[in-house]
Amino acid sequence: MAFRRFVSHKAAVISCVILGLLTLLVIFAPFTSRYGVNESVQVPPNSFLTPRANAWLGTDDIGRDLYSRLIYGVRVSLIIGLLSALISVTIGSLVGAIAGFRGGKFDDIMMRITDLFLAFPFLVTLLIVRNVLGAIPWIKPLSGDMNSVRFIIILFSIFGWMSVARIVRGQVLSLKEREFIEAARAVGASRRFIIRQHLIPNSIGPIMVALTFSVVGAITGESTLAFFGYGPQAGDGATSLGILVGAAKGAVQTGYWWLAVFPCFTLVVISLSINFIGDALRDSTDTQLDRGL
Amino acid sequence: MIRYILRRLAWAIPTLLIVTFLVYVALRIGTNPVESYKRSNPRVTPEKIRQYIDINGLDPNYVLGYFRWLNNFVTGNWPRSIKGSREVWPALKDAMANTLRLGIAATVVGVFFGLIFGLLASLRPGGRRDIAINTGAFIGISIPPFISAILLQLLFAVYWQRWFGSSLFPTSGVYPAGHTGFDLFLMLKFMALPTIVVAIQIVATYSRYLRSSLLDVLNSDYMRTARSKGISERRILVHHGMRNALIPIVTVAAIDFGAIVGGLIITENIFSYPGMGLYFLKSFGDGDFPLLMPWMVIIVASILIFNLIADISYAWLDPRIRLE
Repeated sequence: MAFRRFVSHKAAVISCVILGLLTLLVIFAPFTSRYGVNESVQVPPNSFLTPRANAWLGTDDIGRDLYSRLIYGVRVSLIIGLLSALISVTIGSLVGAIAGFRGGKFDDIMMRITDLFLAFPFLVTLLIVRNVLGAIPWIKPLSGDMNSVRFIIILFSIFGWMSVARIVRGQVLSLKEREFIEAARAVGASRRFIIRQHLIPNSIGPIMVALTFSVVGAITGESTLAFFGYGPQAGDGATSLGILVGAAKGAVQTGYWWLAVFPCFTLVVISLSINFIGDALRDSTDTQLDRGL
Repeated sequence: MIRYILRRLAWAIPTLLIVTFLVYVALRIGTNPVESYKRSNPRVTPEKIRQYIDINGLDPNYVLGYFRWLNNFVTGNWPRSIKGSREVWPALKDAMANTLRLGIAATVVGVFFGLIFGLLASLRPGGRRDIAINTGAFIGISIPPFISAILLQLLFAVYWQRWFGSSLFPTSGVYPAGHTGFDLFLMLKFMALPTIVVAIQIVATYSRYLRSSLLDVLNSDYMRTARSKGISERRILVHHGMRNALIPIVTVAAIDFGAIVGGLIITENIFSYPGMGLYFLKSFGDGDFPLLMPWMVIIVASILIFNLIADISYAWLDPRIRLE
């Protein structure tokens, strides 16, 4: 039922296809890219070439192929998005489920903290937490350098779990009062049984939706950070979508449109596709919508 | 009602203190103000450093330091900025005025178009117009503000100049370099692109809010009753529909304050618009504690005020809400 409803969303199906193709392109990056990350397309002069046969999307300031760099950049960004989303969904579901199920003080304090964090402008909190995290010495071995990809993943995990926890908490709160849970409790089911058999299966839909939105949040967040110069630094032979979008800022005034348009377009396509999928997932897993419309 | 407001106000002050304390601790760990002072003034005497620590409340003990800072802050004894040793208040005041202008312009434009689109979409749910507006809003939400800013700059400033000889909208600042005095037309021209960037997000969110809220209302029983009484469609829509659909939106609007400021920070940076966002990013980059703390206090206070407005307006607009 849920699957059929999902398939009826045309935009979501197209998004799945696009994302699938993109993933394939990215997984087989050594074959699908035409040059290495830091390889120049031809002997100089090769900087700021417009799109042409040997550089489909043009080249950047030191003559590297934008198309190949985009593939490698999307690879890093997708890893950042997926890993931090998985971590934050795991933490968020646990905290949200406990807060919703237990209620009381823990719930109150948890929700106050998440309220506070979510009320602040995103970039402000992100930058401050980033600096605090980088300044605490005992986190260093775990998170690595402040400009490493690992650090970014941990940073977005710390952010992402809160909105997930709110969603799961809400779901658990409403489930808790439903008749079938009450019935299970009445016949003497243990708390663990209720959680495993009823709460988790019935929360999978919202959790999946939260997962998609966390992925988008981490990918655009990484780009935002990189855009303002706080993102991951490209190590040897690595780049990210954020770094490429950040480079677009410098390309605007000089009119090198391809350096701005293609990375931005890629980012928008990715976030739009994932958003469409998340929206369709929400519609198709929401049993409340069965009443039509 | 008044007792409710007073009680909420009484709660707002301890909240403000707690949150600013957390911000104070986070900024001290995150930006290390003493180090950044020494970095900016390499040959400073220990005596000067002691003075700096004293006026900024940078006591090694966080709680003690916070109250020292608070004391100085409340009595108006504000420390000067680390970089350039400037007065903080004039810079902050200018930034606030510029941001308020941009923020209000974007909010008015955004909410106006957002509500119109939302209304149009909800009149015939599932129709072609609804689908078009919904998809447009979805795309608008999915585009981060810095992307729309870059693309708009590229199109209206850089390429417009190449194609038509002069750029349609300037891309940075409030006035051209060297301009003095007030010029409304020039100001509007400079504000156009940043306003559009921030407004895109607002239009997208509000059209979706209003659509779903109106659909809820339009399907309710009292709407059917109103129709059966033979009231004209227009009157039903305005008097019954919009009025009730706007209640949840007012609340969301007040809570959305943080998101709008977030969009403003990004937009201001790209357009070099001298507002609160540029102020924050600059002083954060310099680790300029004396500049950052007052900014934070203003932001935290505004968040609390808007939340308060949200709760009060909700209780005031919807008679079904009980205050106790």
